[in-house]
Amino acid sequence: MVIYGVYIVSKSGGLIYNYDHNIPRIETEKTFGFPLDIKLQYENKKVVVVFGQRDGINVGHVLLSVNGSPVTGRTTEDGKDVFELIEAKENFPLSLKFGRVRATTNEKIVLASMFYPLFALASQLSPVPKSSGIETLIADTFKLSCFQTLTGVKFILVTDPNMQGTEVVLKRIYELYADYALKNPFYSLEMPIRCELFDTSLHTLLELVEKSGTANL
Amino acid sequence: MTIYNMYIFDRYGTLLYYGEWNRTKQSGMSREEEGKLMFGMLFSIKSFVTKISPLDPKEGFISYKTSKYTIHHLETPSGLKFALNTDNQAQGMRELLKKIYSDIYVKYVIRNPLCGIGEPIISELFKTKLDLFIKQAPLSAARAS
Repeated sequence: MVIYGVYIVSKSGGLIYNYDHNIPRIETEKTFGFPLDIKLQYENKKVVVVFGQRDGINVGHVLLSVNGSPVTGRTTEDGKDVFELIEAKENFPLSLKFGRVRATTNEKIVLASMFYPLFALASQLSPVPKSSGIETLIADTFKLSCFQTLTGVKFILVTDPNMQGTEVVLKRIYELYADYALKNPFYSLEMPIRCELFDTSLHTLLELVEKSGTANL
Repeated sequence: MTIYNMYIFDRYGTLLYYGEWNRTKQSGMSREEEGKLMFGMLFSIKSFVTKISPLDPKEGFISYKTSKYTIHHLETPSGLKFALNTDNQAQGMRELLKKIYSDIYVKYVIRNPLCGIGEPIISELFKTKLDLFIKQAPLSAARAS
């Protein structure tokens, strides 16, 4: 059982807490000859693979470094443009490192506010009366479980698709939230949770769940 | 186990077909509007899933569940989207959707020269075959078990 992350979304849709538990790092380094057999493109301030999946380098992966020098935007550390580098034959062989990027905090905030309308739409488009919003969303690589409290706060847990008993874990996280965030006099509602005690007890909980399952919660 | 309704969209978001069997709540808007809303939701979920996924997704979004219903989703490489609403007990709906695609859609729409591509499906034959398929396959399986 692997837990990838926990998100808490306030009732107005803002991300108030997020924690990445253990997201595997996917990185591949490979030496290429001229011409490059994968197609790269500059989008969203990143150099992204758009075509030519091979040897663990997948479409959507981002160029991380060229010959060991990290890439920021479309330039390497010494200020050279990546696309000029890969178009000139004399620079080859080149060692390129690709990887799947993790969402930045800003992107996570966007994702959290994206989930909010999806949750509402799911209940509006229901074919039967009195349906709630999304409770579990299953994709091939993960399962997302969402628990909404009566006050509208959403607890979201991203785990591997076979994980069982996520509802119990979410309820436990709710308890921790009630104990350590809400009872903290320095915490104001709807604001990001910055509370050490909450952090540590959440980490302990997640580790316990990963090690021994949800049976003894 | 009950099947409520089904939507088929093409890759541009046109609602090609809507089938309804045991639906008890209407959304209170026209079918066209509802189709747009549904496609918009599936489209957003697809992008949400690729962004939040910890690993490289292959098939992406498969299904979501609320307290009352489950939506099963199948997207073909050509961008055709099938969305099927059932109750929460339904199992093996992905295979069913693949069957609807390969045995009914391909057979009675793609192989019918009078069905325009990217236009809503008006073929009576498709409708009867789909109704028949939905009525016999899952319900009898559920009763037998």
